[in-house]
This record gives sequence, C-alpha cells and structure tokens, in this order.
Amino acid sequence: MHPVPFEGFMYPNEVELQWSVLIVLYPFLTGLVAGAFILASLERVFKVDAVKPTYRLALLTALAFLLVAPLPLQLHLGHPERSLEMYLTPHRSSAMAMFGFVYLWYLMAVLVLEIWLDYRRDIVLLAQTSTGWRRWIYRTLTLGSFNLSERSLRIDDKVGWIITVIGIPSAFLLHGYVGFIFGSVKANPWWASPLMPVVFLFSAMVSGIAAVMLLYQFTARIRKTPVDMRCLDTVAKYLFYTFVVDFTLEMLDLIQRIYVADESFRSLDFMVHTRLWMSQVVIQILMGTVAPIAILGLAQVYKLGEAVRRRMYTLAGVLTLIGILAMRWNVVIGGQLFSKSFLGYTTYKMGFATREGLLPAAVLLILPFLILWVLLKLLPPWTEQKV
Amino acid sequence: MSVTRRHFLTLTGGAALAWDFLLAGTPEESPNYKMADHWWGMLIDVTKCIGSGNCVRACAEENDVPDGFFRTWVEHYHVNDWHLENPVVESLDGGMHGFPVVPEGTGKDFFIPKMCNHCADSPCTQVCPVGATFVTPDGVVLVDEKYCLGCRYCIQACPYGCRYLHPTKHVAQKCTLCYHRITKGLTTACCEACPTGARQLVDLKNPKDPIHDFLKTHSVQVLKPHLATGAKAFYNGLDGSVR
Amino acid sequence: MLAFLGLRAYFVPHSFGQYGHYRGDAIAEIAALPIVHAGHQTCETCHVDISGEKTKGKHAGVACEACHGPQARHTMDLSIVPAKPDAAVLCTQCHEASGAKPKWFPQVDTKEHSLGLICTTCHQPHRPSLKGESK
Repeated sequence: MHPVPFEGFMYPNEVELQWSVLIVLYPFLTGLVAGAFILASLERVFKVDAVKPTYRLALLTALAFLLVAPLPLQLHLGHPERSLEMYLTPHRSSAMAMFGFVYLWYLMAVLVLEIWLDYRRDIVLLAQTSTGWRRWIYRTLTLGSFNLSERSLRIDDKVGWIITVIGIPSAFLLHGYVGFIFGSVKANPWWASPLMPVVFLFSAMVSGIAAVMLLYQFTARIRKTPVDMRCLDTVAKYLFYTFVVDFTLEMLDLIQRIYVADESFRSLDFMVHTRLWMSQVVIQILMGTVAPIAILGLAQVYKLGEAVRRRMYTLAGVLTLIGILAMRWNVVIGGQLFSKSFLGYTTYKMGFATREGLLPAAVLLILPFLILWVLLKLLPPWTEQKV
Repeated sequence: MSVTRRHFLTLTGGAALAWDFLLAGTPEESPNYKMADHWWGMLIDVTKCIGSGNCVRACAEENDVPDGFFRTWVEHYHVNDWHLENPVVESLDGGMHGFPVVPEGTGKDFFIPKMCNHCADSPCTQVCPVGATFVTPDGVVLVDEKYCLGCRYCIQACPYGCRYLHPTKHVAQKCTLCYHRITKGLTTACCEACPTGARQLVDLKNPKDPIHDFLKTHSVQVLKPHLATGAKAFYNGLDGSVR
Repeated sequence: MLAFLGLRAYFVPHSFGQYGHYRGDAIAEIAALPIVHAGHQTCETCHVDISGEKTKGKHAGVACEACHGPQARHTMDLSIVPAKPDAAVLCTQCHEASGAKPKWFPQVDTKEHSLGLICTTCHQPHRPSLKGESK
C-alpha cells in the first residue's frame, strides 16, 4: 500500500523517505554561517586587510542564517515541543545531541559576542543620538555599558580578537559536526565516510564566501557606492582556492569509491547515472563546481577589465550557491533513494504546501535575507569607519 | 461443545486464572521476572520457513502496527545458479498474505523473515539524541514513545530497515520483541503464530533453554556481520545472497 | 548555568537515568501493554480435549492462534466466540505447493489433490492425518 513508486526490492519500511528537503536546507544554512565567518576571520585574525569592507557584512550574514537554521529542524520533528530534551538529557554518544550545544556555543559565545564587541562603539553612539523606539533598542543593546574610553575600546578589540580565534575552530566544529552526523552512519554507504565532515566543511566555506561576495556587490549596487575591487578580487581569490580544495576532496571520494567498488558500489553507481544524474552530475559538478572554478580561474590568470570581472564573479557566485545547495540535496536525498539491500530504488515525493514541502523550504531560504535586511538597517556596516 | 453447569464454572474459573496469568503486571511487580536474569534473542530457522506470513499478521494484530508499516516481514529470495550477488527479492505487503506460488525451477528459493535484531551494540540507540530509544538490561531495544522527538535519526542508522515513523503518533516504532509478553513468561506473537517453529525466542542467559543449546551446536549467522552491531537475531541456514 | 540546572531539575522525568540514559519508567509502561494473543498454554487450560487430540497429530507444534487468530479477548469474556477459520483460505496459505517452500514440508497442488473439495472434507484440522494412519 505504498503510494510512492519504487523499483527493484526495498525493505518495506524504506520506501518512504525519512528526511525531507528541510533537512537539505539545514546543512546549507549552517554552511553559509561557517563560510561567512571564516571570511570574516580572514581579516581579523589573518590580517588580510583587503577584505575588510566585507567584515561586518560577513558577520551579520552569518547571524541572519544562524538564526533561521533551527527552523527547518523544528518543522521536521515529529514532536518539536519536546526539542528541549536535547538540551536537558543529551545523549552523549549522539552527534545530533552534541550538535545542539555546538550550535548554542557558536551562537552565543562566538557570533553574538563578536558582533556586539565590534559594534559596541556604534551602538553607544546610536543610543545617544537616535530617538523614539529606536533609542530603546539601542539602549538595550548597549547592555548598560556606555564606556567609550580608549582603554575600553582597546579591550573590546583584544577580546574580539580572542573570540575570533576561538571562533575559527568553532565554525569548523559547527559545520564539521553536520558532516559527522551523516558521515558516522555506518548503515548508509552513501554517507559513511571519514571524508564527509571535511567535504562538508570546505563546501560550506565555499558557499559562505560566495554568499558574502554576492551580498557585497548587491548592497553596493543598492546603495550606489563603488565596489572596492581590491577587496572583491581578494574574496574571489580565496573563493577560488577554497573551491579547488573542495573539488579535490570530492573527486578523491568519487575516485576511491569507483576504484574500491565495494558491495554498495553498483547500486550507488546506478543511482547516480539515473535518479541523480541531473542534480549531481549536471547541476552540482558541471554547473556548480567546474564552471565556477573555471570562471574564477580565468579571472586569476588573465588581466580582465573591472566590469567584466564583476560580472564573472557574480555568475560564479550564483552558480556556486546553486551547486552547493545541489550537493546538500544529493547527500541527504540521494542517501535515501537507494535501498540498504542494494537491490532497489525509491522516489522522493516532495509536497508543496505541506509541513515539509517546497513552500516552507522556499520561505526558509528567503527568511535569512529578510532578517539580514533588518540587521543591516539596525547595525549598518558602513556608517562608521574604524579608526 | 455442550457444557454442564459444573463444567462451565470450572471453565470460568480457569479463564479467570488464565487471565490473571496474562495480567501478571509490570516487571517490577511481577514477582517472577527479574531483568538481570535474562538476555533475549531470537532464532530464525530458514530451513523451516514456509512463507505463510502468519508472523507478520500476528505481529500487526498484537502490536497495533499501522497499515503499510512493518515490525516484522518476510522476504522471498530467488537465487539463480551461483549468482549470490544478484538475488531476485520480493516482499509484497511484507509477506503478510503469504506469497504467490512459484513453479519448480532452476536455482534456489527460500523465505527470510526479518525483524529488529535487538543489537547488543545497537547503532540506533547510539544516535538517539535524547535517550528515547535504549537497550534494556535484559537485551531488548525499545522506544520510549513519550520521549521520542521524531527526528528519525534512529531510522536512518538502522542497517536492517526495521524501524518506521508512526504516521499519526509521529514517533519512531519497531519490534519490541513483544516485551509485554516475554516478561510474563509468554513467547512473542510471531513465534506463537509460526506454524513450523521457524521462529523461536531464546534466552541467552538461560543455559537450559533448548534454543540456546541449538545456537551452540549449529552454524548460525547474523545479518550484515561486517557492521558489528552485535545482532541477536540468529539465522540457521542463511544463504550468502541474503542482504 | 543555574538556569540550566534549574530547568533540568524541573523538566527531566524522575526515572531518567535509573537503568541507563533513558526514562526507567518506560520499561514498565511497555511491559504493561495489552496482550492480544492468549498463547497456546492458556487455550489448553480450558480446551483440554482438543489440545489432547492435537498433540497426537502432525499439527502438534502449531499453536491454536496460528489458525484461530488472537484470542485474548475470548479468555476475558467467554461470550466472545471466535469465528471459525475459513478452511478454503487458511489451509492453502501453508499447504499450497510452491517451488519456494522447503521440500520436507507437506504441500499439494490443491486443485489436483482435492478436485475442488474443501480441505476439511477429509482432514480434521486438529489431527490432520487421515484416519488409519498414525501421526
């Protein structure tokens, strides 16, 4: 009595997929967070001055996405009202349980704290100069501290630096853990791989950098301000390098699988050639990885005009984001399309206006940008130039 | 049957006794059952399975299993010649209504009942984020339906496909080894209903259990041994083609 | 930190951790679930004659409820009399000859074997061997 069509043999309970498009969204969103933060840390810790114009934008982007990240999970849970149990009685052997704490740590101890410290001077000034309900918001944000002396600002800077240093491994942990949640499932050969956390992490960095790169150009265009090309070129350069590492890792995984050809290989190979052909080979690999790498590589090798470079970066950025979203899809959905008996395949029937359907997924993808817009209005990255 | 009044009184007395026997209460209350004395498993003798589907039906009735989901099911294998890597497998409705007749032909045909293996090193309990699924001290893997979040991680982690999400309760469910029966001295519903004794409950802590003895004197296998799950559903006569 | 500990003390169920990282009460709750199949020992407590017959025949190892379905309700309320199983369907489910069934198992092509007659015309289900044969 399965409305879902399947072919070959599947264990009877396997025919319907367990994890939906919402679970595809989740690693995509947290990946953007980790990637954006790594970009921000390039300036703060590694003193890559060129990318400074994107620093605050990257942090706010990370925050916007991090705030939305738990929502697809809550929508997916059978009993979201019990989700507090993950914090009250976390099962220490479960990667998913430990992730709840990693998320909380990263949100509170790293991201929010770093943003507050970096913006504190501006918040205090805005608290003193604004009027009406805005004044109350800023006053609350100061958390009672109105001290803007040289010494306190130096302390802000020092503490902020320490937090960023802690924040880098925290960001790695944030998204590496998501990779581990999949990579540690020995029952599923599409997921079980020690490479999984590393691949997830690098693809996260790629997506985060690409997102900030696009947002920087987009916000500059809306505000009608010139784009700092030195900044943009540097961001694109780091995107290119990260992408090369990411692509190498993914190809390594693929080549290893093909060569070793264990019991699952024929079934997985068939799945990639049929059900995952469009999403994996065409969208993820060709359009989403090879093409952006080629475009970015061309910009590195050849001296091209500014307008041309900007268009190339935009195209590469958009293709990258599509490609990384496709990668999440291929991992999550792909891992459930084949039977663990390696004898059959099922199909994913995504609803539209259902709890785990396309519509809520689309809303959750758009929501971070709306939140980012609010954050940009509240804490503009551009009003004050840091001394 | 015709019944005299005296006979009837004996019968109702007997029935009452029998019912009390059934309702012996919780493990703690039942004076005879101590969890530490038991370590449960099951023997599935493939040479005896005739694919009747009795076990699937009995389990569904005993445990109120929702339509389209299975706590146990039976698979029919057809292996051509020596091609162990390409069996043809089917399990329409989990074998609940038996299997269509197949003519004698070349190759091997057999039936494989499947269920939760109540793994001693259970990967499903390892991944549960909150402790809603667990291994009891007597070796049965259970789900606490009042605590389960419905995250489905356990369903992903089970290599045997024995778990499902209840469509209306939105919690994970699976074979409980009829825990409510075995703690009262009864056997599981599937073992009770099996007409050939292909399924037998075994208490691995009881040296006098004849099935325990069988395990010690016959070649038995578990499913997917390379995953080292500590599975406690033992198969006698398992062909190499079985996934 | 204090808030977390406070939350924990209030929300975490009392029996959690009793036997391991789970709610200890869950074990008792699951063990108290309703019984649906009575089990053949219970049937034999009352149906002495029939079970005596059965032990002498080839169906000795076949539990009562394997054919009659779950009967715990009947033990609770004797006025609930189970419906007689439909021999035309039930017997063939096991005994219809199939290449997939093990060779030792008694199976026939029912159309040839009984020429359309229902199985119970000749076979008594509780002691199915034909009269004259032993066991």
